Amino acid sequence: MNIDLSVKIGSLKLRNPIMLASGTVGYGNEISEFTDLNKLGAIVTKSLSLKPRKGNPPQRITETPAGMLNAIGLANVGVEVFLKEKIPFLKKFDVPLICNIAASTIEEYVECTRTLTAEEIIKAFEINISCPNVREGGLIFGNDLNAVAKITDRVRAVTNKPVIIKLSPNVSYIAAFAKAAKENGADAVSAINTLVGTAFNIITRKPKLQNVTGGLSGPAIKPVALAKVLEISCEVDIPIIGIGGIMDWKDVIEFMIAGSSAVQIGTLNFIDPSAPGKIVKQLEEYCEKMAIEKISSLTASYIL
Amino acid sequence: MFILNAPVEETIEIDNRIYLLKVNAPEISSVIKPGQFLNIRVSERVSPLLRRPFSVCDVDGEHLYLMFNIMGEGTNILAHKPKGSEIDILGPLGNGFNLDGDYETAVIVAGGLGAAPFPYFTRSLIGKKEIISFIGGRSKDDVITYNLKNVKEATEDGSRGFKGNVVQLLEKDIELLKSKKIKIFACGPTPMLRALKSFCIKNIFECEVSTECAMACGFGICQGCPIESTTEQEKYLLVCKDGPVFNIKDVVI
Repeated sequence: MNIDLSVKIGSLKLRNPIMLASGTVGYGNEISEFTDLNKLGAIVTKSLSLKPRKGNPPQRITETPAGMLNAIGLANVGVEVFLKEKIPFLKKFDVPLICNIAASTIEEYVECTRTLTAEEIIKAFEINISCPNVREGGLIFGNDLNAVAKITDRVRAVTNKPVIIKLSPNVSYIAAFAKAAKENGADAVSAINTLVGTAFNIITRKPKLQNVTGGLSGPAIKPVALAKVLEISCEVDIPIIGIGGIMDWKDVIEFMIAGSSAVQIGTLNFIDPSAPGKIVKQLEEYCEKMAIEKISSLTASYIL
Repeated sequence: MFILNAPVEETIEIDNRIYLLKVNAPEISSVIKPGQFLNIRVSERVSPLLRRPFSVCDVDGEHLYLMFNIMGEGTNILAHKPKGSEIDILGPLGNGFNLDGDYETAVIVAGGLGAAPFPYFTRSLIGKKEIISFIGGRSKDDVITYNLKNVKEATEDGSRGFKGNVVQLLEKDIELLKSKKIKIFACGPTPMLRALKSFCIKNIFECEVSTECAMACGFGICQGCPIESTTEQEKYLLVCKDGPVFNIKDVVI
C-alpha cells in the first residue's frame, strides 16, 4: 500500500506531520547531526526577536517528574544575525522553515515579520504570544484576547505567508483564543506552549530556577495538551499543530486523533535528537498495519 | 557525536561512596579527549526524564570510565546497573582541555568530585609533561586521588594532608610553582574556582577550568547552561558547547 504521510496546514503542505518545536532545535545545525532534516515535515526556529536577547541568568533548567522546567528567556541572535549567519546553513535543506517570532511590543512582532517575509526559504511564521519566561510581552499577550486579536491582525497584514499563532495553556478557555486568532486571519494555531510551574530546593528554600518560575514541558503535560487540542478542535474550525510531551509515534497518533493536523516534537529532542526521523518511519508502519492510506484522515477522528 | 547503547562491564565502589562505572564504547573511547563529557540516559522510562552529564574519568582501550557519587534518582539507578545491562550514551560532548602549549608542568587543581576528569588527563600527559596534582576536600573522605600522580592533599578540617583549602595549599607552594613553567587545569566547586581565579590573576598563571551547569541536551539546542563571558557583555556562552573548559579569565565564576 502506498501510504500518504503528507498533511496540510492551511496553504502549507508538509511531507509528513512531524515538525520540530521552537526552542528545541536552535537554528537546525546541531540537530542535523542526528536527524535528517529533509525527512521531516518542518522545523521551527528558536524564537527570534528584532534585536538579540541575552536570555535569563542560570539556573535555567530543572528536571521535574516526567518533565522539565525551563526559563531560557528567549535567548536568541536577533533577526539580522539570523538572516546573515543562520539562513545560509538552513538553505542547504529541503525542509519547510517556519520562523517563530517573539516580541515585547505589537510593533516588534510586525517589524520582525516584515523583515523576514522577504526571505524565500521561510515558509510560514509562528507567533509566540505565550512565552512564560519574560517580563514584557510573552504571556501578557497570550492571556489577553484583545492583544491576541490585534497581534494576529497586524502580523497578517504584512505577510502573505501562513501565520500560526502559538497559544498558551495558561488560560481558562483556550478555544476563545483560537477563535480570536482565526477571526483575525491566522491560518493555524499551535497548542500548547509550556505550562507555568516552579520547584523549590528544600534545603535552601530558594526556587530551583533563577527566574523563580519556568515553563513545564515533557510527558507530564501530554494529557493537558491533548485536552486543549480537543477543546479547540471541537469549537473552532482552524488547523491545529499539537504540541506537548510527545515521546514516540503513539503520542503523535493520539494528538492527531484529538484534532491535530500536524505535531511538534520538543523536549524529546533534548533526550534523543535522533527520534524525530525514527518516528516518521514508525508512523508509516502504523498506517500500513492499520490500512490507513492518508495519515491526514486521522485528524480529529475522535469518537466522543 | 554518537548516540549509542554501551554495555556495562563493571560498577566499582572505589571508596568514600564514590562509584566508577566501566562501559564498553569503542566508538567514543577512540576519539574522546580529556575534559570532554558524556550525556547519559539512565533508563528508558520517562522519569527521570533527562540525560545526565558526566565528564569522562578515564579511557582504557575500548573502555570508558565514569566517576560519580549518588546524588539522586539518576545516579542511584546508574550505581546499580548490573553487568551486561546497557546505558544510552550521547557523546563525546564539549571542547575538552587543551593539553598543548608552552608549559613544562601541568598543575591539576581539583576539589571533591572535581577530580573526576583527571585520571584520563593524567594518562594522556604522562611522559610528555611533569604533573603535580593539588587535590582538596572538606574532610579526608572527600579527597579523591584515584589514578592521579604526584598528589598533594588539602582538607579544610586537617584530617588529611595540609589543613586548609586547596588554593591555600597552592599559596604555600608558590615558590615551587613559580620555579617551573606551569599551566593549571582545574575543576571543582564554585568557591574553590573563585579563589583560584584570583590566585591565577595575581600570579599570572595560565589556567583552564572545567565548569558545570544544569543542562538538558548537552550539545547546544536547549540553551539551558549559560555562563557569563568576561569578554562579550551582551551574550552568554554555553557550558555544553563553548565549554565545559574555559580559560579562567574568560568567564565569570
